[in-house]
Amino acid sequence: MSKDIRIRKGLNINLVGAAEQTTAKAVLSNVYAIHLEDFHGITPKMLVKQGAEVKAGEPLFYNKANEVMLFVSPVSGELVEIERGARRKILSLKILADKTQAIVEHGTFDAGKASSAEVKAHLLKTGCWPFIKQRPYDIIANPDANPKSIFISGYTTAPLAADSDYVLKGKEKELQAAITALGKLTPGKVHVSVGASSNSPLAGLNGIELHKVSGPHPAGLVGTQINKLDPINKGEVVWTVSPQDLVMIGELLLTGKFNAERIVALGGSSVKSPKYYTTKIGAEISTFLYSSGVNNDNFRVINGDVLTGAKSKPDGHLGYYNNTVTAIPEGDDYEMFGWALPVFNKVSTTRALTFSWLNPKKKYDLNTNTNGEHRAFVVTGQYEEVFPLDIFPMQLLKACMIKDLDEMEQLGLYEVAPEDFALTEFICISKQPHQKIIREGLDLLYKEIG
Amino acid sequence: MSDKRLTFKKRLHILKHHYRDKKMAPAFNAIHTFLFSPDDTTHSGAHVRGADDLKRTMNMVIMALIPVLLFSMFNAGYQYYAAIDAANNVPRELSVWGNFLTWDNFWIGIIKVLPLVVVSYGVGLLVEFIFAVIKGHEVEEGYLVTGMLVPLIVPIDTPLWMLAVAVIFGVVIGKEVFGGTGMNILNPALTIRAFLFFAYPTWMSGDKVWVYQAVERTGTADAISGETVLGALAQNNLAELNYSISDMFFGFIPGSVGETSTFLILLGGLFLIFSKIASWRIMLSAVIGSLVMGYIFNLVVDFGIISEASNFYGLMSFEYWKHLLVGGLAFGIVYMATDPVTGSQTNKGKWIYGFLIGFMSVMIRVFNPAYPEGVFLAILLMNVFAPTIDHYVVKANINKRLKRFKNATILPKDSDGKAEELKAETV
Repeated sequence: MSKDIRIRKGLNINLVGAAEQTTAKAVLSNVYAIHLEDFHGITPKMLVKQGAEVKAGEPLFYNKANEVMLFVSPVSGELVEIERGARRKILSLKILADKTQAIVEHGTFDAGKASSAEVKAHLLKTGCWPFIKQRPYDIIANPDANPKSIFISGYTTAPLAADSDYVLKGKEKELQAAITALGKLTPGKVHVSVGASSNSPLAGLNGIELHKVSGPHPAGLVGTQINKLDPINKGEVVWTVSPQDLVMIGELLLTGKFNAERIVALGGSSVKSPKYYTTKIGAEISTFLYSSGVNNDNFRVINGDVLTGAKSKPDGHLGYYNNTVTAIPEGDDYEMFGWALPVFNKVSTTRALTFSWLNPKKKYDLNTNTNGEHRAFVVTGQYEEVFPLDIFPMQLLKACMIKDLDEMEQLGLYEVAPEDFALTEFICISKQPHQKIIREGLDLLYKEIG
Repeated sequence: MSDKRLTFKKRLHILKHHYRDKKMAPAFNAIHTFLFSPDDTTHSGAHVRGADDLKRTMNMVIMALIPVLLFSMFNAGYQYYAAIDAANNVPRELSVWGNFLTWDNFWIGIIKVLPLVVVSYGVGLLVEFIFAVIKGHEVEEGYLVTGMLVPLIVPIDTPLWMLAVAVIFGVVIGKEVFGGTGMNILNPALTIRAFLFFAYPTWMSGDKVWVYQAVERTGTADAISGETVLGALAQNNLAELNYSISDMFFGFIPGSVGETSTFLILLGGLFLIFSKIASWRIMLSAVIGSLVMGYIFNLVVDFGIISEASNFYGLMSFEYWKHLLVGGLAFGIVYMATDPVTGSQTNKGKWIYGFLIGFMSVMIRVFNPAYPEGVFLAILLMNVFAPTIDHYVVKANINKRLKRFKNATILPKDSDGKAEELKAETV
């Protein structure tokens, strides 16, 4: 029996510049890039040398800790640059795309007839494995683990994020193939959630446990759904896949080809005509950003949504997991008596001369200003209003800050990912870096215990 | 016009870079961020942020205190002239427009209350600035509220030097040694109040200190009374209580500078609850706690357990709900108990914390032989216990997680069943 989820705690941040539901084809990018920071905790070992020709779907590097885990090139072309940082750490790989694309053929794969080990081996070999993430630790799934369940959230609540219902339209076949394969990997259930009033193609799939989700952000975050349906205990592992990555897995199984194409929502108040674009993983953002036009010069490009995305540039590249790109104005300006005057154009959960409570539907043009300085934790009880997980957010953050492993464990760090703390970070009066604190806490716990 | 402002903004911006990494940077930044909210942009995590910061939050509390301060300035004079009239047996009826909101009354407020505010802010902020410069952290906003609270909770005739000493003690020992705003265990304003109470008891208690000049005039022909309602009750002087309920509610009674007007405190409390700055849970549960304790005392009297000769008869027989109208109880509940740093931090904990504050306040008020008021002691006591309360609330969540863990059938990590061992180890 499916269990529906209704969230009351949370906050929808309505922003100007939601992508209009029309899809245009992005100009082909010359150079594609893979940023290693997208694969948190992975130490890469290169398989090809700089200057080598690679096909689309050909492995570029493997995971040093687990050499069967391959990472493949999204396009065919020449590996023109291996960008390195301090201590020769690889930062990004740049591939100059060929005019005609050559793709590695893996042959079709019928997951229905394969064993669990065969499915795993196939996904690892074809470079689809990195799309599967795991909790605890919010990292790429460890193929040796035995997940108790797999979660897929098809409900989008993050501000300006690509609407899953829209980008998945017509992909039923691919989704089904991927779900069948994933079903082999867990003895438990594959939980799929859709919006309460959606017509998502996910709803009609076989082999899933369907949940209808309603409520404000973070209802659509997979962490919220895990916490409500099947919370993670110490020693347990849950895998998560984003629905668009599911399509790529499905397509690979059906056609045998790694197709890095995805539909990306371009939004934000700095974009003149926000809409969806078809492009490929690693494509230069300028290839579609300037097709939509920008409103001013002083804006920030974000790989992902405004709450969890990574800072990028117009000549940056689409992240490995992103299907949202946002451009919002930079807020690098002073505001006279900004702390004392009434505020009408910013979002707040309080009513401290802030008036966003008057009109919850109003759309805001927020910029990147912090609206205040960093302080110690002072105010209490505010995070709880937007944090639906059965966890004490401030206590967990403090446990991470003082690196108390026992407390981190006891207070539920295994259950969360940094993105779950994006909203508390947004409303934080003390402007504490919640996501960074949680990320560092997870890394420490992984190092010491995982 | 806009050009001029731009240059001012630019000039400050240049100065900010000039002071960067210098010793005086925190002092400059404190003034700069007061004039202009900073140009900082987000670097990690969420790229957009909510509108509230600590300055705005603290400012709300100050706004909620301003009516109380203004009222107290009038009341200082009103009580003074009313006491003189009473000493001379001149009958006097309270009329707000006739003999309350007068320049004479306000003048007493200006010469007595305003200096308290100036000294409290001046000395306290000076200490804050010095600590910020020495320790190289930003000047934090906590003292903006503390500095306003302190003059409102002391007797009107408190000497300014005494206040200055207490403020230095309170800010240094009560707050800065713990690491500044957000780290302190005890409410700094109450630490200052407690320091005054224990260091200079003759100035802080008795039946003379609550009205301007009452102490000075003692023993002269012009002697006036300065007794509070609670003082009279503690001495079983029930006959002398000639304040009506509306006098007590609106605050036309002697007492600490700002504590008297339950009406304005109530408005301030509602404002803080509406603006979601202070916890309604603490306020509500503290009110309930005080009513419960007061009612128990009333029952003790009703059942004849104590006689009229008892020392406690006056306060115990005081109708339970009237406790909220006199003394500092309402002020403490609204502005002091709700301090988020020193109070309970969990929502469940706030209920317990608030209830016990109300309960203890009335209990100490009745049983304290030296001083018939207990709210500041009760809050300080509960400040100490707040982490313990939170510990047990959080522990419940931890236990729930542990129980879930014990009941879970953990799948083996690989095929060799390592996880079962792990579980056996942990449980």
